[in-house]
Amino acid sequence: MSSIGTGYDLSVTTFSPDGRVFQIEYAAKAVDNSGTVIGIKCKDGIVLGVEKLIPSKMMLPGSNRRIHAVHRHSGMAVAGLAADGRQIVARAKSEATNYDSVYGDPIPVKELADRVASYVHLCTLYWWLRPFGCGVILGGYDRDGPQLYMVEPSGVSYRYFGAAIGKGRQAAKTEIEKLKLQDLTCRKAVIEVAKISIYGVHDEAKDKDFELEMSWVCDESNRQHEKVPEELLEEAKAAAKLALEEMDAD
Amino acid sequence: MDQVDFNAPHSMGTTIIGVTYNGGVVLGADSRTSTGVYVANRASDKITKLTDNVYVCRSGSAADSQVVSDYVRYFLHQHTRIQLGQPATVKVAANLVRLLAYNNKNNLQTGLIVGGWDKYEGGQIYGVPLGGTIVQQPFAIGGSGSSYLYGFFDQAWKEGMTQDEAEELVKKAVSLAIARDGASGGVVRTVIINSEGVTRNFYPGDQLPIWHDELESHNSLLDILGAPEPMNI
Amino acid sequence: MDSVADSQRTLYPYVTGSSVVAIKYKDGILMAADMGGSYGSTLRYKSVERLKPIGKHSLLGASGEISDFQEIMRYLDELILVDNMWDDGNSLGPKEVHNYLTRVMYNRRNKFNPLWNSLVLGGVKKGEKYLGTVNMIGINYEDNHVATGLGNHLARPILRDEWNENLTFEEGVKLLEKCMRVLLYRDRSAVNKIQISKITEEGATVYPPFSLRTYWEFSAFQNPTAGAEGSW
Repeated sequence: MSSIGTGYDLSVTTFSPDGRVFQIEYAAKAVDNSGTVIGIKCKDGIVLGVEKLIPSKMMLPGSNRRIHAVHRHSGMAVAGLAADGRQIVARAKSEATNYDSVYGDPIPVKELADRVASYVHLCTLYWWLRPFGCGVILGGYDRDGPQLYMVEPSGVSYRYFGAAIGKGRQAAKTEIEKLKLQDLTCRKAVIEVAKISIYGVHDEAKDKDFELEMSWVCDESNRQHEKVPEELLEEAKAAAKLALEEMDAD
Repeated sequence: MDQVDFNAPHSMGTTIIGVTYNGGVVLGADSRTSTGVYVANRASDKITKLTDNVYVCRSGSAADSQVVSDYVRYFLHQHTRIQLGQPATVKVAANLVRLLAYNNKNNLQTGLIVGGWDKYEGGQIYGVPLGGTIVQQPFAIGGSGSSYLYGFFDQAWKEGMTQDEAEELVKKAVSLAIARDGASGGVVRTVIINSEGVTRNFYPGDQLPIWHDELESHNSLLDILGAPEPMNI
Repeated sequence: MDSVADSQRTLYPYVTGSSVVAIKYKDGILMAADMGGSYGSTLRYKSVERLKPIGKHSLLGASGEISDFQEIMRYLDELILVDNMWDDGNSLGPKEVHNYLTRVMYNRRNKFNPLWNSLVLGGVKKGEKYLGTVNMIGINYEDNHVATGLGNHLARPILRDEWNENLTFEEGVKLLEKCMRVLLYRDRSAVNKIQISKITEEGATVYPPFSLRTYWEFSAFQNPTAGAEGSW
């Protein structure tokens, strides 16, 4: 980001002379500094994982959740300002229930992603609004199979095989690219996501303490979005820690 | 003596039918629209297109059923063409019909049968009767003429019929109802929907089967009188 | 503004389901209903499911207007969905669901636009059995055995006689079948296609539909008007 404070960065309704909207780029900054959020599409579903940084040791474990269910068949993971994320989640929930009550059918994931993206984009168009300081990864499973989308503060949304945002996104993406996603089951992917979050991305020396939050929508969960079962999560964490120790030993 | 009331609302005292078969659905209807006792239209089309792959059979008030189907067609076009870019499912179409029928139950006098084909669940029939209940059925009958058909369908309907068997059943049923229901009449129309697309058929009133106490039709008594004796010099 | 006469809308039920009967038994709740959907005096539908599990701990039985029952199911599906989306390990029990239904039914009747149903809500949560009912004008109560419609007249007298707290599953099913058989004989909108369902701590089960055997062997049935020519 070259020119900061040249007078064109205070409003979303003013372009800079070289055609940029700085407020949106600053919003993206808020996401880039967040704990890493990962989503991958496997052959039988979607796994979402969040490296949730813990600001205080006195915080109740499990609080400040960053993964939310949006409907029976889809969930959303938030990177950046968690409170902004809840606003997006609330909108996604109401879009999903509204679609269901009008059409009598669960909202297709693509349609949900489009509507969420429109809402996020809308907040970049008016001077009295502030863009969202968060990016979301949306995972869902509909009649056309499992699908993964990411929506950024600018309001763009793309469909992915694997997506990562936040501080460790580069490292995470490199690791995800190594996976054979078309053969991977979600059960195996949970372990991979744990490994990426714990040893691939998390900087133990520099970063605060963190909690690993994970959810899935897959055949094993009956195509319902839910938290990854406790035993599996523990197993994944153990496997990841073991991998980390092995790596440190090398 | 009863006066003929031309101000009575147009009503499709009707026979409508939807039947699933092993590859799709057959919809059927008669073609009579009445204004009180007067036949306002003897060749109506009560099988209306909602989308390329979903049709609806209308009964009750002609106006009400048109309004409902017009709205549903409009909503489905928004939904399929603009938002999703793929054809509507029969379920979604039926649910929109239900939504309107249920939410406006106090102001509507119409019973509808939604039928169609989609790649996810194949051929499906949904009945949406007066109160806005929605019922998925292997076959559905509706309109005033259906009262005469319950027993017939309980006896004659079979799971997994071929297209020809299904259409034959529909044709037979509508003609039976026409024979006993004064509010049904005219021609039999059928619409067949499957993975291949849509076929519309038309069976005119003079080519329907002849049932109990009915007679073969003639141009004139003279034809009958004249026929047996060709020449009498 | 509509005139008073206009706002007095006549609402009639169109497609209706008949009685629901439910009892507490040793391990939970048993419920029974037939699968008929009447259209006036026509038995228009014969595969209408009127017993539905609600969330993890409850079971709902409905009689009355089927379209309104379907609307209630949409409310409940959303209620349960929102509850589940918290994903916090808590879930609504039968007591909460029943209370929700009493509020919905009473609110609608106060708008002079009732949901035309009688509902039965049963369930088990944390070892506690629950069985209650609510109708279209919002009247609601709990009891050890409840019934709707003609079931109140024909089934509950039997239940008052024969019900006890420690009925086994088999005894409970027999008792419900006795009630349903009487209803089949004496309720003209009853249909001989019945569903029974149970809910226990383990969750809800709706058993497959079946028909009840009926009995016609009374000697007076063979020749009822003998010695009383012209009677019925």
